[in-house]
Amino acid sequence: MRVREEGPADLSGATGLSAQEIAARVRGGELSALGVIEEHLARIERWEPSVHAFNLVMADEARERAAAIDALVEGGADPGPLAGVPVALKDLLCTRGAPTTCSSRILEGWRPPYDATVVKRLASAGAVIVGKTNMDEFAMGSSTEHSATGPTRNPHDLGRVPGGSSGGSAAAVAAGFAPLALGSDTGGSVRQPAALCGVVGVKPTYGLVSRYGLIAFASSLDQVGPFARSVADAAAALDAISGHDPADSTSLPGPHESAASRLGRGVDGLRVGVIAELAGAEGIAPDVARALEGAAEALSSAGAKVEEISVPSVTYGLSAYYMIAPAEASSNLARYDGVRYGLRMPGQDVTEMYMATRSAGFGPEVKRRVMLGTYALSAGYYEAFYGKAQKVRTLIIRDFEQAYRTFDVLLSPTAPTTAFALGAKTADPLTMYMNDVCTIPSNLAGHPAISVPFGTGDDGLPVGAQVLAPALGEPLMFQVAEVLEQAAKGQAK
Amino acid sequence: MTVAGWETVVGLEVHCELRTRTKLFCGCPNSFGDEPNTNVCPVCLGLPGSLPVLNRRAVEFALRIGAALNCRTQRSVFHRKNYFYPDMPKDYQISQYDVPINVGGWLELPSGKRIGIVRAHIEEDTGKTTHVGGGGRIHEAGYSLVDYNRAGVPLVEIVSAPDMRSPEEAREYVEELRGALVATGASDGKMEEGSLRVDCNVSVRPAGSSELGTRCEIKNLNSLRSLGRAIAYEAERQSRALEEGRQVAQETRHWDESAGVTFSMRSKEEAFDYRYFPEPDLVTLDPPAEWLAEARANLGTLPVERRRRVAEAARVPTSGEVVATVVRLGLDSYVEEASFAGADAGLALRRLANEVAGELDGGAFRLGGAEFARLVLMEQNGELTSAQARTVLKVMVREGGQPEEVAAKLGFQAMGAGALQEVVDQVVAANPKEWERYAAGDDKLAGFFIGKVKAATGGNADLRAASELLRQRRAGKAAAGS
Amino acid sequence: MASVPEPISKEQVAHVARLARLSLTEEELELYTGQLASVLAHAADIEALDIADVPPTAHPFPLSNVLREDEPAPCLQRDEVLAEAPEVESGRFRIPRILSEAP
Repeated sequence: MRVREEGPADLSGATGLSAQEIAARVRGGELSALGVIEEHLARIERWEPSVHAFNLVMADEARERAAAIDALVEGGADPGPLAGVPVALKDLLCTRGAPTTCSSRILEGWRPPYDATVVKRLASAGAVIVGKTNMDEFAMGSSTEHSATGPTRNPHDLGRVPGGSSGGSAAAVAAGFAPLALGSDTGGSVRQPAALCGVVGVKPTYGLVSRYGLIAFASSLDQVGPFARSVADAAAALDAISGHDPADSTSLPGPHESAASRLGRGVDGLRVGVIAELAGAEGIAPDVARALEGAAEALSSAGAKVEEISVPSVTYGLSAYYMIAPAEASSNLARYDGVRYGLRMPGQDVTEMYMATRSAGFGPEVKRRVMLGTYALSAGYYEAFYGKAQKVRTLIIRDFEQAYRTFDVLLSPTAPTTAFALGAKTADPLTMYMNDVCTIPSNLAGHPAISVPFGTGDDGLPVGAQVLAPALGEPLMFQVAEVLEQAAKGQAK
Repeated sequence: MTVAGWETVVGLEVHCELRTRTKLFCGCPNSFGDEPNTNVCPVCLGLPGSLPVLNRRAVEFALRIGAALNCRTQRSVFHRKNYFYPDMPKDYQISQYDVPINVGGWLELPSGKRIGIVRAHIEEDTGKTTHVGGGGRIHEAGYSLVDYNRAGVPLVEIVSAPDMRSPEEAREYVEELRGALVATGASDGKMEEGSLRVDCNVSVRPAGSSELGTRCEIKNLNSLRSLGRAIAYEAERQSRALEEGRQVAQETRHWDESAGVTFSMRSKEEAFDYRYFPEPDLVTLDPPAEWLAEARANLGTLPVERRRRVAEAARVPTSGEVVATVVRLGLDSYVEEASFAGADAGLALRRLANEVAGELDGGAFRLGGAEFARLVLMEQNGELTSAQARTVLKVMVREGGQPEEVAAKLGFQAMGAGALQEVVDQVVAANPKEWERYAAGDDKLAGFFIGKVKAATGGNADLRAASELLRQRRAGKAAAGS
Repeated sequence: MASVPEPISKEQVAHVARLARLSLTEEELELYTGQLASVLAHAADIEALDIADVPPTAHPFPLSNVLREDEPAPCLQRDEVLAEAPEVESGRFRIPRILSEAP
């Protein structure tokens, strides 16, 4: 059974509007923010039990906030570019006073005493937080099955995964629970679920969006990214949250061009490189490969010069990632020790307490990665594992730099298959890790990438095409993504 | 101390809290003694999602320290030092590892010996744990309480080369280092408040050997006295063990002040694997030349420089005890002021070392710089004898005041040159036989006459001036042929 | 030259589990050893690379000297901090006894 079996056109009323439409109408006084929220909350009430996109629906807070937005409008003030727009937040973004759990038992019920910078920026833009979404625990996973609160289901087929780790956010947007959502992307955790759920998902340039208040998984790879049902909405969301933050030392100094600044220009004359090693990778399903060919053709028809390009080092990306990310994670997750907040299990002494707390509080995937990461950093192994992986990162960056001398953007599949069945890939971790093969290289390089729905698989489930751009190439990236989106809509008719 | 035939080798690690207003990575106050857990925020508590941002002033201080220690300053990175301990909010410490900000310097001791400085790097401090129940010591405690006010306070860790050879030398090093750190403004030097903490590494080796023996790290040294005693104890323990054919285990030991011994703390398998890797939440620190220049311009006057100035003014060697004492006690400004006023800096130096240094016992200290300078001049000019000057000085140290008034109150009249001449004449006239012999060249009789002058003046005469007058009289007589 | 390390052993997994303060049952130890070994075996492709001269990348972009002024900022209220604490006593976090000294 599908949540959207009635079809996207049946996202009636406000739940069918884009974020920009909502904002324009709320600002203009045509729509009340409270009315918008009520419609979304009603949809959530109807379909959330089947989907489980949320760990927490913040209905009262949302109504209060929406009413405040309406009051601002009535008073003649402008609440901001996302006025009244419902937004769902992945449950690793700190929201002051509201539980932020990372879908982990170890942070069950933990209320941060502060807001993440992106949360503050959304509030300044007039957005209305509608809830905290489900995820793979501590962002470690590609299916949202590694969650202490149970799996999220794909709105297109409730027997299938939505992807991960930001599966809840992707599903929320796909199911019409909110037109916008934020997730985090460390190895593909926004783009891959976006592809599986048939929505747009963006990983920005590393440092473009503040990580302050984003509960860390792998610090040199993590970025907050938006989900939306249109490229334009995603660009608007990115614009609302991006920009320098003095609270984040890795935040890029501004100012930056608006992500939306090149929308509408088409792709005439642009050079698009199809990454051979990804398009032809082992494990890319034939229907996904076909969809990608379709995407390449669409760009070509629209005037782009599309060719294949080899970016050899990307094949080492998976291995490098599964050294670097767990290593950083093992250190980032050390703080969950039962001393200051979160779960505490009893122990005769503090070490016993640490062990009991962490063993009970972390799920198996988190434990696996923490141990893998600890191993990769440990005495005697650093150079062979972590050290070497950081060198592979350099190779990938160099190969991308080389590619961008001849191409403006690159193209690849986002995920190797359409959404797989719940439980299909949980037996062998490595099988699950393979889901990230196309998305990981951008994280390692710090480059932006976007997944745009393009076509369907043999099973009728969504497929995503990934556009990659060089650092701070968001405007160009969105420019190309928009053309794909238009082509996809044209084909769907 | 060591069994005979063994040499003690000591290296010190000193952690220096920096006198910034705020912590290393956040804007919480860097303040001692406040209510527990009131100077905390998401960053220094290591709350999920928090991120560090480096304090500019901490970098400034670290650069000053590097310059004061003659280090080479370089582009550096931060690393995570990973280990679990309740006073660590993140269960890793942000520190520096293989690329620290300052490397390869030295510190010159008052003795003139240079102790190598291997590195001086930046890191964050931990919180504080209090053990409750039992004897207040960790092993006997029922439970513990943690306060994170100190977590995130900026530290510079200064690691010396193993260049010290005795407890005394180690103490000298710490005192000199403290003086330098306080001079730069980077530290308040208060060991008793924990703003300066010392751990030492002690090993022994056969006298004359150039290889290093197995070393032990000694922790829990809360004062200079503990430092000295612990090193002496360790040197004895290790040399005795080796002498008896046993081995010295490389381990960390804890100094027990009341028992006067070190004991082993760590179980062998607990060798820490810190899994250092570059801190991904911070970026490179690459001080440009302007920052280094500014640091050098703001070093204050280091103790070694103060010794040099005093020694130069008094025309004595820089590495003398007297100079070291006077500078160490902060009395060198008195020498400078005296010298500036035209007094004899050497005399000033001696008086400070001999008469004033011993009076710095925590009681009242009221000696004024200008007043001291005048007192030295009075002694120099013969207005007061040395004995008188010393007495006046002791009074001035405790009660302050003007030297002229103090001398008058004590009845030390400045004996005018005329009055002295009269006394000398009288004494000569009263002892003609002795005068003839002296005048003929028998210098031994000078003492006789000085004794007479002294008796005649009740000890108030400047005896040097008196002997000068005797000599002049003899010379004049010779010239005049009388 | 790169050398392929031995497959990870149960002892090594037990050791890193201890380092990471995780306690594992015998079953878990078996399971995780197998799983970690297979992930590490996959990483053999980068083991085989000869890239000794390639510099490591710790950060995607070479930022430097990001500093803040030494100015106080508002702290958290203590009761907000301690409200989330598992156990509190006299304004401090209470924990079971510590058996070892800090490094």
